[in-house]
Amino acid sequence: MSNAWQEKAERVSPLESVASHAILVLAVAFALYPVLWVVSLAFSGDRPLVPEVLPIPHHPTLRHLTAVVTTRHGGDWLFGRQLANSIIVSLATAAVGVIIAIPTAYALARFRFAGKERGLAALLATQMFPTVASAIPLYLMLNALHLLNSRTGLVVCYASTSVPFAIFQLRAAFEAIPVDLEEAAMVDGATRFGAFLRVVLPAARPAIAVTSLFAFMSAYNEFILAATLLGREEMFTLPVVLQRYIGEYDQQWERFAAGALVVSIPVMALFYVAQRHLVAGLTSGGVKG
Amino acid sequence: MKRALVTALFALLALLPRRALAAPIHLWHAYRDDELAALVAILAQWKGEPVDAVSLPYDAYNAKLAAAIPLGDGPDLFIAEHKYLGDFRYRKLVAPVGDALEPGVFSAPALAAVRDGEVAWAVPLSNKCVALYVNTDLVSRVPGDLEGMVDLVGTIRSPSGAAVVPLAFETRNAYYVAAIFSAFGGALLDDQDRFGLVGPAAVRAIELDRWLIEKHAAPEDADGALVTNLFGSGQAAFAISGPWLAASLGGKNLHYRVEQLPIVRATGLPMRPLLGVESVMFSPTGAARAEVRALARLLASPEAALIRARYGTPSARSDVVMPAGDVRAFAEQALTAIPMPSSRAMSAAWDPANRAIRKVLRRDVDTEVALAEAKHRYDDVRRPLPEGTSPLPALLLLGILGLWGAFRWTQIVRAPGFGAELRRSAPAYAYVTHAVIAVGVLVIVPLVLGAATSLTAGNGDERRYVGLANFVSILTARGGPLLTTGSFYLVLLVTVFWTVCNVAFHVGIGLALALVLSRPTLRLRAVYRVLLIIPWAVPSYVTALAWKGMFHRQFGAVTALLYWLDRTLGLDLQPIDWFARFSTAFAANLATNVWLGFPFMMVVTLGALTAVPEDVLEAAKVDGATRWQRLRLVTLPMIRPTLMPAVTLGAIWTFNMFNVVFLVSGGDPDGTTDILVSEAYRWAFTRENQYGYAAAYAVLIFLMLFGVTRLGARTARLRAQAEAT
Repeated sequence: MSNAWQEKAERVSPLESVASHAILVLAVAFALYPVLWVVSLAFSGDRPLVPEVLPIPHHPTLRHLTAVVTTRHGGDWLFGRQLANSIIVSLATAAVGVIIAIPTAYALARFRFAGKERGLAALLATQMFPTVASAIPLYLMLNALHLLNSRTGLVVCYASTSVPFAIFQLRAAFEAIPVDLEEAAMVDGATRFGAFLRVVLPAARPAIAVTSLFAFMSAYNEFILAATLLGREEMFTLPVVLQRYIGEYDQQWERFAAGALVVSIPVMALFYVAQRHLVAGLTSGGVKG
Repeated sequence: MKRALVTALFALLALLPRRALAAPIHLWHAYRDDELAALVAILAQWKGEPVDAVSLPYDAYNAKLAAAIPLGDGPDLFIAEHKYLGDFRYRKLVAPVGDALEPGVFSAPALAAVRDGEVAWAVPLSNKCVALYVNTDLVSRVPGDLEGMVDLVGTIRSPSGAAVVPLAFETRNAYYVAAIFSAFGGALLDDQDRFGLVGPAAVRAIELDRWLIEKHAAPEDADGALVTNLFGSGQAAFAISGPWLAASLGGKNLHYRVEQLPIVRATGLPMRPLLGVESVMFSPTGAARAEVRALARLLASPEAALIRARYGTPSARSDVVMPAGDVRAFAEQALTAIPMPSSRAMSAAWDPANRAIRKVLRRDVDTEVALAEAKHRYDDVRRPLPEGTSPLPALLLLGILGLWGAFRWTQIVRAPGFGAELRRSAPAYAYVTHAVIAVGVLVIVPLVLGAATSLTAGNGDERRYVGLANFVSILTARGGPLLTTGSFYLVLLVTVFWTVCNVAFHVGIGLALALVLSRPTLRLRAVYRVLLIIPWAVPSYVTALAWKGMFHRQFGAVTALLYWLDRTLGLDLQPIDWFARFSTAFAANLATNVWLGFPFMMVVTLGALTAVPEDVLEAAKVDGATRWQRLRLVTLPMIRPTLMPAVTLGAIWTFNMFNVVFLVSGGDPDGTTDILVSEAYRWAFTRENQYGYAAAYAVLIFLMLFGVTRLGARTARLRAQAEAT
């Protein structure tokens, strides 16, 4: 990654280096502190109630973690099914969102056509309407389509946010890819569509991967719609399961924390794998020219 | 290509399994753990038609019932607390239970709870109320009355030497205060649905609650989890709680017994808790089926009662002897308990009551004033909905708009060059049509329908067109002063302030970290970057709740930090009640949301910085620009085009950031930290489900955001033009 904020000629003084590290360490502490509390809670056996500065589990135990992971119902490994649900729904959301968005984003980046500006403005406008009012009509529509209580219905709902998001992201990414590449391919005899498939798509791979990751993540972490739409325990996604540890009267915070940990690990792993592309993929297209 | 896409989509959908086949009797419940085990054991006794028992998440339970039953997709019978009966009856989700209710076998409060006059609307299963837990390791004797708890302060030591609070209960919660209030002869709601927490009795009850706290006989800010923790860890000698506390004491080495709630010395009368009756209810279709009624009789049978008792739930029957121990103690307490009002009005009473109690406990205002305010709020929410009006003017307007649109359309089509334009655009349309359809169906249609709801009032059959009445009511602050708590304008100011602060911090922190991180000489760059992105990867509701816990006045980590600073630096910092004042509660929300949002801006800025050409910076340096000048004059202008869309989107998200406000401050103190979206949510879900009113809020939010972004885009365009010339 070539970096522009380079100051090769300028020697970095030790003082400055220390200052940079100090800022970053502070920021990391700020970023990790609440997470460490969740981790500590997940592993705590009995907690004496005194305010504590350091998030260190008391009487460390794996009890909560195993209890969450080994949840069964009848002969079924319920937790396994729910994890599978989460992954299937999130993968499908990412796939649907990105597949619908790719050609559209490409057209928005490359073509001039009637209604383009208005369409884009309308798409941005849809993001401004609070879901509190549109959730109920969506529910009724899904019911009419017999899609309640199904993973398909949930994917349809999630797609309603992942599609606009993916369009915005990918449009910027396609705009960043030099037009010369396609033109060269077209001079060599490729059709426009062929050039799009063979030249533009491969060049946009990091952006597509990162956009998919975000679509995946938003579906994977969502629980309000999932709790409303899904009616069967074996259909639940993991955030709904988590939510159930916090009842009206009975609040099992340790279980909740343990569950949160289990839920977060796959996303963290994905982030770790993708982080090299994250920066490039998210904004490669923002700067025009 | 498009065909391939569609095929891929369908293939994907086909992979997802179909709905399970319907079973003859549908039973819904929200049980888990022990209660679920008891239900499974009871259903094992059933010999009739197969039963499909579905366990639903508690939070979404009522919403699902309300949505599914009218559409014929719901259960035949379901288990719910009797307190929802008023709402269920209003929405026509339940039917009378008829012969499913065995006469003469249920306890009087349970029967009173499910009956309206002579008609029974549910079959009682179990009684739920709170009672007094006694930690017998710490104390042997129960004080003669509630006030006696104060005499125990400082006299009890736990084996580990930790301080022990005499009585743990949720002192800020109207549900528990109602038990004290009952000893003064009051109730939260009278039988005409008038707000009851007013008058001298209410003042005395709440001030007694405050006195217990101020004498350190009870914790000041305890939620259910804290009560469980205090009692479970031996740091409370007594607790007022329900059977759920016993369930979580299971694995702990703690000896306790359950007794009746004490009397209040001031009146000599016993505290009477509110009673929740878990009951079987029938959907209208289910009530007609004989086998459904038979199943309900089994669920309420003496055998079932004994099975439930084994799992720690007291029965609502009076003819079954409960086994000695907790279960019997709770069953006896239930006999003197007061059934929770099942009227719909109750849902509108909790929020004002809780707010008033918290205000009194904080000594913000006089008790009388706080209670009068609560009554005013209750009455305001309950004010009659606007009358229906004729939709004719709106239809007329719609018709005229339609005609005008059609006219414009023909004009455009006939305009010279349109055909050429269309032909030129045709290839692009091949790429976008499917997305237009998808967004239209998934996003635009629900949005338009949702917006249309804002022109209506009432629920179910009583929904009616009211024109702009909801908007008029919101924009006139419901007839009150324009800048009082909860008025649209004050909430709008808070929301704008909230958005500005958040975006400033997001961009500021994001930019600063990105600038530091992008230095190529920095060691451990990749490590820092991954660690700093973590807040983004964790589900936001998890971290919002973690932050709320950290801000707890007595036990939170932030309090611990303050103590630690006191000790190490010799400062004299006092623990802060974060949610008692607007400034601190707002700061707590802000800290949480800044934490959630800065990684996004950091990553966006990092991306933008990679695109700043090196030679330009070099040239600036050669020209003698200082580092600050290079940042301000070269880097920032160059990354602005990339940042602007992200900032706009971020501002929109923040403006509508419901999770953080709702989960961290919950609007405390007194609803002042609520933003427009959380206010809309309250109208939709806690204030008698006034969806129309909530939708009007949503439309106003939309119009404002739309207007501001259009204005922003126009000024940006003008500025670009000005710079070009």
